[in-house]
Amino acid sequence: MKRPERQVSYVRATLKGMALTFKHMLEKKVTMQYPEQKSTDRDHGMGAYHLSPRWRGTHRMLTDEQGRSKCVACGLCPQICPANCIKLVPGEDEQGNRYPLIYEIDEFRCIFCGYCQEVCPEEAIHVGLHFENSEYTRGRFVYDLERLSAQAHPVSTLWDPSDPKGE
Amino acid sequence: MTPEMKGFLLLSIIKLVGVFTIIMIGVALLTLMERKVSAWMQNRHGPNRVGWAGLLQPAADGVKNILKEETYPAEANRRLFLVAPALSFIPALLLSAVIPFAAPLPLDFDVTLPLLGRFVWHGPVPMVVADVPVGFLFVIAVSSLGVYGIALAGWASNSKYALLGGLRAAAQMISYEVAMGMSLIPVLLMSGNVRLGEIVARQQTGSPLTWYVLPLFLSFFIFLVAGFAETNRLPFDLPEAESELIAGYHTEYSAMKFSFFFIAEYANVVTVCCMVTTLFFGGWDIPFTDWDRSGGLLPTLTTWLVFSLKVLFWIFVVMWIRWTLPRFRYDQLMALGWKVMMPLALTYIMVVAVALYLVERVAGLTNPVVVSLALFGVNLVLAVLVFGLLDSGMFIRGSAQRALERRAQRAGVVG
Repeated sequence: MKRPERQVSYVRATLKGMALTFKHMLEKKVTMQYPEQKSTDRDHGMGAYHLSPRWRGTHRMLTDEQGRSKCVACGLCPQICPANCIKLVPGEDEQGNRYPLIYEIDEFRCIFCGYCQEVCPEEAIHVGLHFENSEYTRGRFVYDLERLSAQAHPVSTLWDPSDPKGE
Repeated sequence: MTPEMKGFLLLSIIKLVGVFTIIMIGVALLTLMERKVSAWMQNRHGPNRVGWAGLLQPAADGVKNILKEETYPAEANRRLFLVAPALSFIPALLLSAVIPFAAPLPLDFDVTLPLLGRFVWHGPVPMVVADVPVGFLFVIAVSSLGVYGIALAGWASNSKYALLGGLRAAAQMISYEVAMGMSLIPVLLMSGNVRLGEIVARQQTGSPLTWYVLPLFLSFFIFLVAGFAETNRLPFDLPEAESELIAGYHTEYSAMKFSFFFIAEYANVVTVCCMVTTLFFGGWDIPFTDWDRSGGLLPTLTTWLVFSLKVLFWIFVVMWIRWTLPRFRYDQLMALGWKVMMPLALTYIMVVAVALYLVERVAGLTNPVVVSLALFGVNLVLAVLVFGLLDSGMFIRGSAQRALERRAQRAGVVG
């Protein structure tokens, strides 16, 4: 351990420290008052607390103009999911369009890696800028298709390889 | 019982209840203040959810502690384990009984209450629960009793951390007790009395220049440092030392028994701050006026307020230091106590005695302000010397640094 080798001051250092702590008492407080101010809020004058646009939170399924989910039940997301938390049962209508009969994500098992969004060819499933998902029962953590489509929060941009530092 | 005795008893009970209530509520609010001050020093808000600006936080903490489970460690000495919190709690509260907190209130009453009989009181009521003639000797005696509670808590817990904490507390308190007692002898020399009310009276000349902090500055310094050690506050909180001993002597305590240690610690802080105020900052004296001694309800209330403000200021300083300084290492603590504080206090007694003799007997000065300033001159010289020595780290620098210096010296000899 590097210790000071020369003369160390004790009294002067003490006074200096006390001046420093006193100065901090008068400074602006930096705490975010959570339930009133949130890092997902658009405008609370505390830009430093905004979630990163890359934040990977609660999932959201995007829908098309008719309100149907964009998912074509290709099966890529359950395939890539490392936590195995996506349940997909594909179906097909008379025109031969594939759609998900069952699409469920267990938010408890999910590790929020964002691979599902990355792999999705239709840009249907997304992870979002949202983190408050407490529930009273465990069962409520399994989000079905309807609930995923009903989410309205902004979606994550994920990591962009062409702009690795987010500039 | 004569009506006069009954009047005295009645007043004492009223003062007792009043002081006890104020100390208990004050201690509760101090826990909040500590958290607030620490938060502000770290650019945070501190507790602000319970009640307005968090003012009900202590009540919430109290309710939580009462409802919590009482745990007993296996193989602990059950009886001592139970007694220890009380043993540290009682002396802490006992001390507040002897501190004069306001100007005496002239009161005359002669009332007859049903069943209780006649109560009579004539003359000023000293605003102190027990105006003991032994004054600060009582404070020194009782404050050292607090260590029994801590040492017993450490021993009875059957836990190595608690035991180490208790042992550290005992060693630390004994070391600093000596310096603390010695630092008060100059006060005795100046005032010629140990009665706290008398000491306050001697400091009241209408000018804050006669507050003992000026003529006895080093006494004040030693007393303050020893007070930190006595109350086990940072930078001397080795008995707790959470980074080494979990929580030290109260590691095994839970619920209200833990709270008792907490209350005792804060009550001790209040007492030390009261003592600093009384002995060195004129007690309830309001500077630049004689009105505070005129007697009456208004001066009593105002002086009480002024006393509270002074105490509050010192409590703030205690917290300020706690959230600024790092903890001393154990050998540094002992070195500071025995190698700096005690010799300093002893030397200081001699210096003050000689200076007082020269100023009052040889030079024949009697004006308290002049005497005070003359002694302050002596203190200034001494303070420069003492703080210069402390600053050089000759006494409290660590062993690692000494080793480094030796190595550097040897290298110098070789090279």
